[in-house]
Amino acid sequence: MVTPLLELRDVCKSFGATDVLTDISLRVHPGEVLCLLGDNGAGKSTLIKILSGVHQPTTGRIEANGEAVVFRSPRDASTHGIATVHQFGGTFPLMTIGRSFFVGAEPTKWRGPFRRFDRKFAGGIAVQEMQSLGITRVTDGDRLVGGLSGGERQALAIARAVYFGAKLLILDEPTAALGVKEAAHVLRIIMQARQKGIAVVLVTHHVTHAMTVGDHFAVLIRGALAADFRKGERSREEITDLMAGGEAMAELEAEIESYTKEGQL
Amino acid sequence: MTTTHVAAPPKPRVAAPSGMSIGDLARRPETGALIGTISVFVFFAIFGGGQFLSAGGAASWLNVAAELGIIAIPVGLLMIAGELDLSVGSVLASSSMTVAIVSGYWGAPVIVGIVAALLLGLVVGFLNGLLVTRTGVPSFIVTLATLFGLSGLTLGLSRVITGTTSVALDPGPQAKQLLGTLVAGKFEVAIFWWIAAIVVIGWLLHFSPWGNWVFAVGGDKESARTTGIPVQGVKIALFTASAFGAAVVGVIQSILYNSAQVANGQSFVFNSIIAVVIGGVLLTGGYGSVVGVVLGTLTFSIVSQGIYYTGWNSDWAALILGVLILAAVLMNNTFRRMALSYAPRMKKKG
Repeated sequence: MVTPLLELRDVCKSFGATDVLTDISLRVHPGEVLCLLGDNGAGKSTLIKILSGVHQPTTGRIEANGEAVVFRSPRDASTHGIATVHQFGGTFPLMTIGRSFFVGAEPTKWRGPFRRFDRKFAGGIAVQEMQSLGITRVTDGDRLVGGLSGGERQALAIARAVYFGAKLLILDEPTAALGVKEAAHVLRIIMQARQKGIAVVLVTHHVTHAMTVGDHFAVLIRGALAADFRKGERSREEITDLMAGGEAMAELEAEIESYTKEGQL
Repeated sequence: MTTTHVAAPPKPRVAAPSGMSIGDLARRPETGALIGTISVFVFFAIFGGGQFLSAGGAASWLNVAAELGIIAIPVGLLMIAGELDLSVGSVLASSSMTVAIVSGYWGAPVIVGIVAALLLGLVVGFLNGLLVTRTGVPSFIVTLATLFGLSGLTLGLSRVITGTTSVALDPGPQAKQLLGTLVAGKFEVAIFWWIAAIVVIGWLLHFSPWGNWVFAVGGDKESARTTGIPVQGVKIALFTASAFGAAVVGVIQSILYNSAQVANGQSFVFNSIIAVVIGGVLLTGGYGSVVGVVLGTLTFSIVSQGIYYTGWNSDWAALILGVLILAAVLMNNTFRRMALSYAPRMKKKG
């Protein structure tokens, strides 16, 4: 068995008296897409916050490449190659693509007091990296990020993470605010990142999206791991039911059906 | 983070480095400000006549612009980073009183008074920054408190120490030469300090890697933090710079007029914000330029001085300014939208 890139062992998290996560054990392998599914409030956000160093587990441990690690801050996690991309890309709408790509790691030219931001280099690399993810519409690094579409912004954020050496990408609902075409594009980008050997944790409640790209699925219900299975082991309906909390969905459908029948009478 | 420069030049389909076309110009943050400055200049050149266009006329608005500009540039930077500084008025008053009391009333060498006044500015700015970043109280409130608190402190201490609210100062020839003389009998030496500030801060904001942090902090604080930028440090530095700018002008005024009054400088509170906003800086941060702030400052001072050359009652200057602010902001919004929606030459699909 290959050592996983990142492994959670019996992780629990509680805020005061509220248990948010109980006994979560998960493995993330390089070049694999792990889909984290679950309804709102199931604990998905808390789990990715633990992965990205925002929260620390109350009990249990995290291992990176087989060694126990503690992420005290998002920075700790990022030094282990973990990068989180939020729903809106976490980019700066009024900055140019080149500038926002290199925020915090500005490339410079010239020396001493005249050390200056290398605009051409920054713009060129940003555009090149985005194009390598299939965003061919973007050709000018001096454009403002706010002029990009939602999918392009996601691509910019993912390209940035990949360029700065991310080994594990955590994508928090990347397709939630996107149209059908744009969402498909983001899924393609996820596959491209996967092909580069990057591990992806995809958080979503969009079962179709998850089934398109996922290799490995974990379903959270009320803070516990309700199911953990590989691609092809469950059907779409089973997953939807699981997410909605077991039988609830079928019952709901039956109930709705009875209403429509009543209406027809 | 080291970024190697060996990477091959970007390969496919990168837009050719475009020259300055009209379209490019329209997408810059200072375009609206430039139109504003040219319009008011032409307006007063027509209605103010030869007097306005003479060297004396130019000096009158350049002098106003220089003093305002030294404050407006750091205030503008702070606004780009998403924060306001209303305390500049009191910082100006307290620094001008400090130099007058230390060197005029107590008779210390003028350099001691200048250093004390500038230090005071740095300390107040640092405290503003510390309060805003540590407490999370909006900078509008914190600096409003500083504006009033420091103004009361200045008035109170001045009365306790000197018994009056106005102190005379004999700065001596050297300090006068450097900070308070009139070049060619008309132009305040402050104009040259303003130019120096434009060059240095313009470089810092637009060319140094540090400038990128300022835009990032103002654009999205949380994202900036996750990329590892010391958000609080950047803000504290900018608050300190803005108060320092006000302290410099306080010193300049004391030395220029050979005296200081506790009521000095309150007009700079709003005037600096007006200049910055006319200059195309977004009030909520993340967008703007030093050139824009300079143009906004020029626009403001041309209007406030130009009115005297028209022969009209100067009461109307404030009305013109009010209309101008609104027009400038609407124009800036339009240009910002154009910049946002800009996509280079491509066919529209479906």
